[in-house]
Amino acid sequence: MELILIFISAAIVNNFVLAYFLGICPFIGVSNKLSSAFPMGLATTFVMVITAIVTWLIYHMILVPYDVVYLQYVSFILVVASLVQFVEMFIKKVSQPLYRALGIFLPLITTNCAILGLALFIVLKEYSFVEAIFYGVGAGAGFTLAISLMAGIREELELANVPRPFQGAPITLIVAGLLALAFMGFAGMISV
Amino acid sequence: MSDVTVTEAQNERELMLSTSPHLQSRWTTKQIMWFVNLALAPCVISAVLYFGFYQLLVIATAVIFAVGTEALIQKLTKKPIAVMDGSAVITGLLLGLIVPPNFSLVSTALGSIFAIGVGKMIFGGLGYNIFNPALVGRAFLQAAFPVAITTWTAPNYAVDSVSSATPLAALKFDGVSTAVGPLFFGNVGGSLGETSSIAILLGGIFLLVTGVANWRIPAAMTIGVIVFGGALWLIDPSYPSPIFHIFAGSFLFGAFYMATDYVSSPITGVGMWIYGLGIALVLVLIRVFGGLPEGVMYSILFMNAFVPLINRYTRPRIFGEVKS
Repeated sequence: MELILIFISAAIVNNFVLAYFLGICPFIGVSNKLSSAFPMGLATTFVMVITAIVTWLIYHMILVPYDVVYLQYVSFILVVASLVQFVEMFIKKVSQPLYRALGIFLPLITTNCAILGLALFIVLKEYSFVEAIFYGVGAGAGFTLAISLMAGIREELELANVPRPFQGAPITLIVAGLLALAFMGFAGMISV
Repeated sequence: MSDVTVTEAQNERELMLSTSPHLQSRWTTKQIMWFVNLALAPCVISAVLYFGFYQLLVIATAVIFAVGTEALIQKLTKKPIAVMDGSAVITGLLLGLIVPPNFSLVSTALGSIFAIGVGKMIFGGLGYNIFNPALVGRAFLQAAFPVAITTWTAPNYAVDSVSSATPLAALKFDGVSTAVGPLFFGNVGGSLGETSSIAILLGGIFLLVTGVANWRIPAAMTIGVIVFGGALWLIDPSYPSPIFHIFAGSFLFGAFYMATDYVSSPITGVGMWIYGLGIALVLVLIRVFGGLPEGVMYSILFMNAFVPLINRYTRPRIFGEVKS
C-alpha cells in the first residue's frame, strides 16, 4: 500500500513537471506532437527508473560507507549522462524517425533537472531500495502524463485562433500554468 | 456576357456548397448561450434569497467585467465585437455564482478579467479554449486569495457576516453531517449558486429537456459518484455517502453548467462517458483524501486537459475505412 501511495504521489500529487516545475525544457520543447511526446516520456521514464536504481546503489554502497557523500552530485551526474548515452544509442538503432523527431532533446535528457532532482529527492526522503524504484516509475509516469496531455492540447491549439504574439512558446507556457493550476487540487492528498 | 453573370449569380443563390458532415441544429450558438443564461436565473434568485441583495452586486460585477474584457480584447485585436452572443455573460454569471457570499467586488472583477483574458481570449476566443473559462477564473481566485475565497457566510445574514462552514468542510474537518433537506433547498453555507439543489435542478432539467446540455455528462458523473463514492462509503461509513456527495457542495452545479460546456468537453458519446466518470473519480478522491473539502472545480479542470486525447481516441471509424 505504501508503495502504491509513493507511486501516486510522484505521478500525480507531486508531479515533477506540474507541481515541482522540474523538466520544463523537454516539456515545452518536444510537446508539439503526441507521436514524439509520448516516446520522449517513455525515454525519460526509462532513464529515471535506472537512475533511481543506480544512484541508490552508489549512494548506499559507495558514498556512505567510504564517507564521501560530498561526491553525490558529481557521481549522480556521471550516472545520468552515461545512461542517456545508452538510451540515445538504443533509440538510434531501433527507430531512426523517432531519433530525428526527438533531436537535440534526447541528449538533453542529461541536463533534465527532473532526473537529477529525482536522485536527490530519493536521498533526501531516505527511501529504501524498493521505494526508490517505485518513486522513479511514478515520477516517469507523471512526466509522461504531463507531456502527453500537453501534446494533445497543443495539437488542438494548432487549429485555434491564438493571437500572433502568443503563438508557440508563450501559449505553451500559459497552458502549462493552467495545467499546474488544475493539478493544485491534489495538493495535500498524500504526504509520503 | 451579361447573361452568364446573371446565371452565375442565380446559381450562387440556389446552391450552397459546404463539406460534410451536413448536420443541422435547431438553434444558433447565440440562442443556445442565452438559453444557458436563462437556465441560470433560478440560481441567481436562490443566491439573493439566501444571502441577500449584495450578492446581486457580486454577480453583476462578474458579468460586467467579463463582457467588458471580451469587448476590449476584441477591439484591441481588431476582431468583430461579438459580446452579444452571450458567451461572456455565461462566464460572468458562472463565476459570480461560484464565489462565496459577500465576496469582495474587486476580487470578483479580477477573477472575471483573468477568466476571459487568460481562460478564453488568449486561445482565440469562443470555441478554442481548452479549459472552462469560469473555472480558470475561480482557480485563479483560489490561488490568489485562498482565505477570502473560503470564508463562508451563513445564509440569511445579509450584512453582518456570520461565518459558517460548508457542509463538506463540516463533515471533513469536524465530522458533522448535514441533513439532505437543507442541502436540497439551499439553506446551508457555500458559494452563491451552489447551495440550492432545487434551483440548480430546475435550470439543469430545462437545459436537458431543450437538448442544450448533453445528458450523458451529468449522467456519467452521477453514476460515477454513486459507484466510487458508494464503494468507499461501504468500506468506511464515516466517509460521505453517495447522496451527500451529490447534494452537498457544487456537484450538481458543476455537472449541469460547468462540465457540459461545449468547448471544453468531448464531442463523442463514448468520450462524454469517459469524461464524466473521470470527473467523478477525481472528485471523490479529492473530497475523501485530499487536503481541500471540495474538488468539483479541480476535477473538471483536470479532465478538461484530457479532452483532446479523449476526442482523439474515441473518434468513430470513418465509413469504409480499413483498419491498418
